[in-house]
Amino acid sequence: MEPRVFTVSELSREAKVLLEDTFSSVWVEGEVSGLMVAASGHHYFQLKDEKAVLKAVLWASGARRLKFENEEGLLVRARGRLTIYEPRGSYQLVVDKMEPAGRGPLQVAFEQMRRRLEAEGLFDPDRKQPLPDFPRRVALVTSPTSAAVRDLIRVAHRRWPPLELVVVPVKVQGDGAADEIAAGIARADRGGFDLIIVGRGGGSLEDLWAFNEEVVARAIFAAETPVISAVGHEVDVSISDLVADLRAATPSAAAELATPDSAEVIEWLDQRRRRMDRALMQATAAARQQLATIQASAAFKRPMDFLRAAEQRLDDLADDLRSAWSEATEKRRGGLETLAASLEALSPLKVLGRGYSVTQKEGRVVTRAADLRAGDTIQTTLAEGSIRSTVE
Amino acid sequence: MSEQAQTFEQHLEALQDIVDALESGDLALAASMERYSDGVTRLKTCFELLKGAEAQVKKLVADGAGGAAEVPFDEDAEEDA
Repeated sequence: MEPRVFTVSELSREAKVLLEDTFSSVWVEGEVSGLMVAASGHHYFQLKDEKAVLKAVLWASGARRLKFENEEGLLVRARGRLTIYEPRGSYQLVVDKMEPAGRGPLQVAFEQMRRRLEAEGLFDPDRKQPLPDFPRRVALVTSPTSAAVRDLIRVAHRRWPPLELVVVPVKVQGDGAADEIAAGIARADRGGFDLIIVGRGGGSLEDLWAFNEEVVARAIFAAETPVISAVGHEVDVSISDLVADLRAATPSAAAELATPDSAEVIEWLDQRRRRMDRALMQATAAARQQLATIQASAAFKRPMDFLRAAEQRLDDLADDLRSAWSEATEKRRGGLETLAASLEALSPLKVLGRGYSVTQKEGRVVTRAADLRAGDTIQTTLAEGSIRSTVE
Repeated sequence: MSEQAQTFEQHLEALQDIVDALESGDLALAASMERYSDGVTRLKTCFELLKGAEAQVKKLVADGAGGAAEVPFDEDAEEDA
């Protein structure tokens, strides 16, 4: 007898009927993962535990009735029916009711690790290093094949063309990714860089998980070089974001934060150039003005003023001399009066008064008779009047 | 330290100092000319750096001797790899 050969559609349909009959309404407990809320309001996600995952969908009508926020990592109990989505050949749980069942163990482990690192001070704002204003060499610890690294390079060089960028290639997801990232950070830290950017483009929480691992957190914390964490996930904050000196929402945002804007700097330099020019022109103009003042000053314009001033000085000196002279003369005059008194005492007129006379020949006093000849005319002066006579 | 070895920040700081000194009007003309000339040299250095070509992107690779070497990074080659 020939075996029955199903078409894919036939087998899928039969399997679907079997599954829906057997699990028409089951409760299942698991952690919400890979949650995607579509524009329609439907929730697409997975329920998982340590060993397996189960696709799940919660239609918008059911989602609106939820008493809590459906979120990543949440441990839930969901009720629904299992079905097969034939076009994809996948089976999924169509959830009609869901309630929280406490935090999932992975989430709990993560939160415990996070609290431990926080207690150790790895997220301490005081431990954060300032970023360089003008970095020269920046290391990019990321996947070399990603669109994220291209965006990062493009943005960084648009803003600051002379920036030296060095890609430190690492695996950013999958087994061993966290260890590679940690090793890459350590290598970059020894590579003489001003800044390290570690990150990757967007992905699901699973994809980004390496950036939540303790080994990465410790490598970032140990780095002496400032680190920007750029894990492309707008909503969740990764552990690496918390430890890093700065968090960027995406790798291109990290490039923006890491680099100064050369257009602004060029504008700043242009301003300084204009101010320098203006200041120098003013200094030159001031010097020229000073020179003009000197040229226009008395010494150059009216040299006679100097002469007159000199003359005046001379006059002053002359005055001083004169007054010094008259003072000396005054003193001398006092002396003269005394002298006049003694002179008067010796005056010949007083002698003549006593009956003596003075005989003169041709104006000279005659003291010896032998000096006279017969016929000489002599003049005899008495106390009062004089007589002329001829010698016989 | 030679002018070339100075960092970009140092050039900017020096330029601000020069502008402040020149604008203070306290300098003699000869000193003003000297500071101005220093400023022009620094401006030239900064403009040349900013308006020059983009720096080449490199990739850090193991050099096989326990150390690391930097080699040119080719985005397209990476994409093919």
